[in-house]
Amino acid sequence: MFSRTLIGALAGAAVLALSAGGAAAQQKLKIGFIYVGPVGDYGWSHQHDQGRKAIEKAFGDKVETTFVESVPEADAERPIEQLARTGHTLIFTTSFGFMEPTLKVAKKYPNVKFEHATGFKRAPNVSTYAAKFHEGRYILGQIAAKMTKSGVIGYVGAFPIPEVVSGINSYFLGAQSVNPNIKIKVVWANSWYDPAKEADAAKALLDQGVDVIAQHTDSPAPLQAAEARGKFGFGQASDMEQFAPKAQLTAIVDNWSDYYVARTKAVLDGTWKSQDTWDGLAQHAVVMAPYKNMPDDVKKMAQETEAAIKSGKLNPFKCPVIKQDGSQVECKGNGALSDEQVLGMNFYVKGIDDKLPQ
Amino acid sequence: MRFELTPRPTISPVARALAPVLAFVTAFLIAGVVVWLMGRSPIAAFQVYVLQPLSDPWALQELLVKATPLALIAIGLSYCFRANFWNIGAEGQYVIGALLGSWLALKTHGGFWVMPAMLVLGILGGALYGLIPAFLKTRFGVNEILTSLMLVYVAQLLLDYLVRGPWRDPKGFNFPQSVTFDPAATLPLVADGSRVHYGTIFALVAVIVTAIVLGRTLFGYRLKLTGDAPRAARFAGFSAKHTTLAVFAISGGLAGLAGISEVSGQIGQLQPSISPGYGFTAITVAFLGRLNPIGILVASLVVALTFIGGESAQILLKLPLDLTQAFQGILLLCVLSADALVSHRIRFITRGGGK
Repeated sequence: MFSRTLIGALAGAAVLALSAGGAAAQQKLKIGFIYVGPVGDYGWSHQHDQGRKAIEKAFGDKVETTFVESVPEADAERPIEQLARTGHTLIFTTSFGFMEPTLKVAKKYPNVKFEHATGFKRAPNVSTYAAKFHEGRYILGQIAAKMTKSGVIGYVGAFPIPEVVSGINSYFLGAQSVNPNIKIKVVWANSWYDPAKEADAAKALLDQGVDVIAQHTDSPAPLQAAEARGKFGFGQASDMEQFAPKAQLTAIVDNWSDYYVARTKAVLDGTWKSQDTWDGLAQHAVVMAPYKNMPDDVKKMAQETEAAIKSGKLNPFKCPVIKQDGSQVECKGNGALSDEQVLGMNFYVKGIDDKLPQ
Repeated sequence: MRFELTPRPTISPVARALAPVLAFVTAFLIAGVVVWLMGRSPIAAFQVYVLQPLSDPWALQELLVKATPLALIAIGLSYCFRANFWNIGAEGQYVIGALLGSWLALKTHGGFWVMPAMLVLGILGGALYGLIPAFLKTRFGVNEILTSLMLVYVAQLLLDYLVRGPWRDPKGFNFPQSVTFDPAATLPLVADGSRVHYGTIFALVAVIVTAIVLGRTLFGYRLKLTGDAPRAARFAGFSAKHTTLAVFAISGGLAGLAGISEVSGQIGQLQPSISPGYGFTAITVAFLGRLNPIGILVASLVVALTFIGGESAQILLKLPLDLTQAFQGILLLCVLSADALVSHRIRFITRGGGK
């Protein structure tokens, strides 16, 4: 009874704080999160939620965090604004599709700081951040090429956007570095999170002789499909070993925690400013789950590659990069493709026997 | 012992008026118990879900914005459902309307005529798309539930193709979205600084016109007769074929208008997803409103309230989203059961002859 009354009083206070313009909420930094999927997806949104929990753990009483889950991209402006109106002064919008609504709300609330994941438009109070997942995918490609018996590896993609396309290219380049004759098959699920479709896509690949599957969709379904047929796969976004203990070779783990804690600290210290962050393996934004279910020599190779990427010795997109049609991509970076070229990638590299949906 | 639902000889007007009220109270009581079982205060939940959005000018505006597409589509659907035709594909008609209207937005650069022409194209696109299942039904007798539903996916994939291919913003880092519409192709706001656009006015007009059409015109009578007594309608000389085509064109047209209003008034560009399922939610809204125009208006606001209240509950009470979705289901179930109980009574039938 007591706790019910207490919560009622708290809620009443929250409503009051709302009408008073959030004046009472100033002592605690209120941080809001907008997720595109359910927190229980064990993928993309789940990992952002891990970041939220890391903030709570690091700052304790100094912060209060809130999330709104499964927000449709076509209707995101209202929930974002609702967070801004209820005294949240640092807001993370964690999907590309939230870009325009984030900017619209940011314009109306110049004192609120926004952090938009994977976008490219910034404002004085809007930062963007993303992670170099393609670095991890190069390692996956090398492992896949070592582990495959059929010589055909597979990839379940969500949407043909640059982030996914650069991941496929990096995976394939990694595989090619081990076995120049490797073949790859790609299937598009056309969804970030749809376990049934993802599983169908994986089965379609397995039926075509693929025996190692990488995925850029968020549920463990493709990995589980590989496990059920005694084949191999890789976890996506989080360590999915519990779903496929025999099939998971490793996983690309999105680690937003360090970044989220750092940005929260910047707000608390008053040093926050708008910026673009694109971290990778070296900054622990991308973390490889333990290498398992593979012989020691493969594990050693993976660890060496990981170290080489971290130290900057190896870049998955080192020049020359050859497109599917045989033409060479202009080298705009320092011995490798520039960040912009990778972030806007819309071509397959030579050797991928598939047509990129345009 | 078993139950049987038997029609009541007379339906009490008082019971009919009270039914939705009782349904709401029941739904809130059930939801309250669930909230209480989760260890939260049902009173606080009610406060955040219902009272707070209704007492805050910002939330009221958001309510209108969210209810607008629902009301427009549901009003259109009521024409179909009244005549007993099952258009499940409003979501697709919404998308095609948005696409045809947006085509003009992307191909022109300003001009006072652009916006009105976009709206006309939106209506036209939705209506023509709605006519496909109607034509297949009247010409070949194909079940309209299946065709209208399947055409939703066709429309969504067409949108997907266009924003990834021909209509992609060349400066958008290859991300799947069109350029943002220029001001001439943006549906004006009702008042500066608000988020309520002219789509809300269109929805109100649609409600009023529909109330007149259904209550005062021969066409309205014809729909009712076709739905309630198709044989009588045939004897009265009403062509079932024409009725089918008309109701599908109307409901498709209104869904298309909702689509182009939403894209040009709210989103401001085309992207792979331009609707969080409005076309399907509107089916719920149409039945919650008992296919009555005023009822639909109220129902669209109620459903919008559950969405906005659900977000508030997540933010202020940290209640999960699943609860909102469960509550929407409970509400619909209660309203439909209340309606059934008004027109029917439950009889307990015990088998004679002892055990």
